[in-house]
Amino acid sequence: MSTKNIFHLAALAALVILVQMGTAWTETGYYLTQLTMIAYYSLLIIGLCMLMGYAGQISLGHAGFFGIGGYISAALTSHNFAPYQSNPFVNFLISNGLLVGRTDLYGETLLSFHPWPACIIAISFTFITAFIIGIPVLKLKGHYLAMATLGFGIIIYRVVLATEAFGEADGLSEVPGFELLPGLVVSGDFDARIENYYIAWGFVLLGIVLLLNLTNSRVGRALRAIHGSEEAAQAMGVNTARYKLYIFVLSAVFAALAGVFLTHYNGGVGPSETGIMKSVRYVAIVSIGGMANIWGPLIMGVILNFMSLRGLLGSYDDVVFGVILILVMLFAPHGILRLNVWSRLRLFFFPTPAKSSPLKENQ
Amino acid sequence: MTLLEVKNLNCYFGGLQAVADVSFNVDEGMIKAVIGPNGAGKTTLFNLIAGNTIPNSGTITFQHEAIHKLSPHEIAGRGMSRTFQNIKLFRGMSALENVMVGCHIRSRAGFLASMLKLPWTRKEEKKIWENSLELLEFVGIAEYRDVDAHSLSFGQQRAVEMARALATKPSLLLLDEPAAGLNTHETLEIAKLITKIRDLGITVLLVEHDMSLVMDISEEIVVLSFGQKIAEDTPPAIQKNKQVIQIYLGEDDA
Repeated sequence: MSTKNIFHLAALAALVILVQMGTAWTETGYYLTQLTMIAYYSLLIIGLCMLMGYAGQISLGHAGFFGIGGYISAALTSHNFAPYQSNPFVNFLISNGLLVGRTDLYGETLLSFHPWPACIIAISFTFITAFIIGIPVLKLKGHYLAMATLGFGIIIYRVVLATEAFGEADGLSEVPGFELLPGLVVSGDFDARIENYYIAWGFVLLGIVLLLNLTNSRVGRALRAIHGSEEAAQAMGVNTARYKLYIFVLSAVFAALAGVFLTHYNGGVGPSETGIMKSVRYVAIVSIGGMANIWGPLIMGVILNFMSLRGLLGSYDDVVFGVILILVMLFAPHGILRLNVWSRLRLFFFPTPAKSSPLKENQ
Repeated sequence: MTLLEVKNLNCYFGGLQAVADVSFNVDEGMIKAVIGPNGAGKTTLFNLIAGNTIPNSGTITFQHEAIHKLSPHEIAGRGMSRTFQNIKLFRGMSALENVMVGCHIRSRAGFLASMLKLPWTRKEEKKIWENSLELLEFVGIAEYRDVDAHSLSFGQQRAVEMARALATKPSLLLLDEPAAGLNTHETLEIAKLITKIRDLGITVLLVEHDMSLVMDISEEIVVLSFGQKIAEDTPPAIQKNKQVIQIYLGEDDA
């Protein structure tokens, strides 16, 4: 990893700590709840950034993958399997410790999946789904790909709305916390707020490290090559279909992980999390952040999600993201952080062209 | 030793026969050129060999293996590399990074190994980096290694494309109009470079418009006209060939 990246990571870690200390000092700890949720959304956003910015493919179905992760984990950890104890398969799960007993709010004993196996099942299911969807869909390009993934998102949304086990329009609630390690629980517990803030941002930092490693590797170069010229990438021996599929699956897994953790943190999940507007929102954030750079979408994601979660955008929440998408596509297709505001201003006031590289003269 | 064997190759686009029953061989270690007027089917022939287009009939054998049904990346993996007439460098990547992509098939770090940055991938990365830099030196533009490939001059971009193709360690290099858009001086440089590549033991097959380049460096020439092969010979013989003169200069009424 380059020193620049290490510096950025250290700066992010320092900022995370400073913000927490700031909220403790000003007694505004309630902000940490939104900042924790933002961290999990960021996990999805950096994954989507890899797909869109690096490999140059679009997905309007990532809220669907988020939903698959969240819903499966929620259903498995909150449904009571006690009535099926006589079933040999359920019995097998109990004897292997995959199903555990716990007491609900009303003092009744429930038998449901431990969050770890639930999470693994949710991620595996996402993995397989993304693979099966990705093989035919990634043969498409541009807006055809956008429409196909949009279709996938709609399917997930309608399936969730229509399935009783997923709570239909109400979604699932009373989802227990996710005990990652003994004593380390992802949950919305008031007492564990600071701890959860750090867990969430820890995941984001880990995710960034993994993805930065990927971008600066043989695989990362191949993905950028596909973005640059698919034909030339193939001529260099890059199996473009396979790489597009793998990065699609990887970004889907990031989305599903975000779904799993946020669901356990919120203690529930609703159908709106899998909706089209959520997918549009993620695409808008990655676009405005400048796609081919993990930090831009991360920063824009934090700012916009914070405004949205604090209700600063009011009822026009989704409108804002739609408008952002239009404006970005029209005026800043490389993201607003790459508009080179300073050089533009300088050119505006001092219209002499900046000294250009001598290499450009021949063009 | 025959490296590439094209046999009775046919390719139609609708009613147009772009390549008609073309056969020729490329022997190991030579520079061979395919020439012909505009629309003669040269680029189509190239796309057929590189796997971008599937022929309607006929066979292409590379190192004793039929390749006409393989996809481009599989063909690249078997030791054939190419450049493009309208340069196709990777946007947003430096000259060096472009060449590093060329090392793709000769390295193996996958998604997981790359994400976890396993110790052996560091060694592989270092080797890729050194190898690519060496190739940039070979084509004479190592000083621009960190410059965005798209902001280089046309001739330099061509050189990057060649270095990138060489990074795949090919036994056959296909050059699609390597002198297109270059001035006389740059063309001369490219000619020297192509000869240098041949001296490395890499066989070169090129499509070219620039007659001086073709006559100077190639050992054998295939002439195409309206998709058909009308001649295959050494440069001096081609220069004297009546049919070739006719298609290039028109009917001789005198």
